[in-house]
Amino acid sequence: MARYDSLLDACGDTPLIGLPRLSPAVPEGAPPVRLWAKLEDRNPTGSVKDRPALFMIRAAEESGALRPGDTILEPTSGNTGIALAMVAKLRGYRLVCVMPENVSAERVQLLRMYGAEIIFSPAAGGSNQAVATAKQIAAEHPDWVTLFQYGNEANARAHYETTGPELLRDLPTVTHFVAGLGTTGTLMGVGRYLREKVDGIEIVAAEPRYGELVYGLRNIDEGYVPELYDATVLTRRFSVGTRDAVLRTRQLVEVEGLFVGFSTGAVLHAALAVAHEAVRAGRRADVVFLVADGGWKYLSTGAYGGTLAEAEEALEGQLWA
Amino acid sequence: MAIEVRIPTILRPHTGGAKSVEGAGDTLAELLTDLDAKYPGLRARLVTDTGALHRFVNVYVNDEDVRFLGALDAKLSDGDTVTILPAVAGGAFGLAAAAAVLQR
Repeated sequence: MARYDSLLDACGDTPLIGLPRLSPAVPEGAPPVRLWAKLEDRNPTGSVKDRPALFMIRAAEESGALRPGDTILEPTSGNTGIALAMVAKLRGYRLVCVMPENVSAERVQLLRMYGAEIIFSPAAGGSNQAVATAKQIAAEHPDWVTLFQYGNEANARAHYETTGPELLRDLPTVTHFVAGLGTTGTLMGVGRYLREKVDGIEIVAAEPRYGELVYGLRNIDEGYVPELYDATVLTRRFSVGTRDAVLRTRQLVEVEGLFVGFSTGAVLHAALAVAHEAVRAGRRADVVFLVADGGWKYLSTGAYGGTLAEAEEALEGQLWA
Repeated sequence: MAIEVRIPTILRPHTGGAKSVEGAGDTLAELLTDLDAKYPGLRARLVTDTGALHRFVNVYVNDEDVRFLGALDAKLSDGDTVTILPAVAGGAFGLAAAAAVLQR
């Protein structure tokens, strides 16, 4: 059944696609090692964030924190903002996003198109300025509601209740789940669900490793680990650099025809690492990795063409995942 | 052969500005002790008084997080690359910090 009463009802139940050309070859007689992609770009606003956006808004409605006509304030420039903007529009809320003024034009256009209002914080001030701007706005508008995806249990619960069960239904033989580590909601939710249901399941995180410009801003004593993060849910965690992420992103479209964002390239890099380990160990493996979004929003980076070195340069200093 | 250690900008004052240094050791703990002899104060930025890795520091051996490889007991071999990075939320960064502040 592919008929739904509204766009919100069409969230989730995304396809799981086999990747026979990218799956590593195994010696004759050895158990198969297969790669599978969970296509979260097939959600209403084109990213995995539609699931947590819907769950977080529903949870806030049920707890009474969010009432009709309320304003939601969210510091986000990415997919969460776009997903929240769509859900807020359909459920009757106003959304205000705080973001640095140097984010890409596509994102600003998308957010405005979905009806979000945008408050820019000066790019020059970096993260300290973003904190100051957000503090100031919150102080001026104490009645605005913040969903805070990094600590909101409904974020991880969206994946525990929907993404995880869909995966197990479609591939009961799953041995590995690989996804990107941002808010950690996807890995915590799917990871907990699969650990309860599948003996020996491996939950693998891939986190983006940005250029120096990005880390240079940061003092080690001011680091941030999302409140949702529980390291015991993970089996392994990989750091993937820009070059490997771009290489894998291009490989995915060249070999399997899947056009994805760069964060998915980083995830594929980690998925291939565990798949090749399984081949070397002679173990059967069904490795599922999550496609967080398509490549459309990142075309203006120019990183889909040219040499890898040019792509790396184009993404230097950018938060590509 | 030795172990290559990549140093984040914020810790380069300890290495005289070097982005990458070399060290030796069979485990991460031994490597950090070795490095501290050459670059005093570096170890204290990474390891707490109770002997655990600092919460906001991530250390990777050949791109894999050492917390899943035994932490300070993680085994090292000649030719390995160790990368030290500040812990940040992927995807959101300064905005994550802003969100955290908003929540409190």
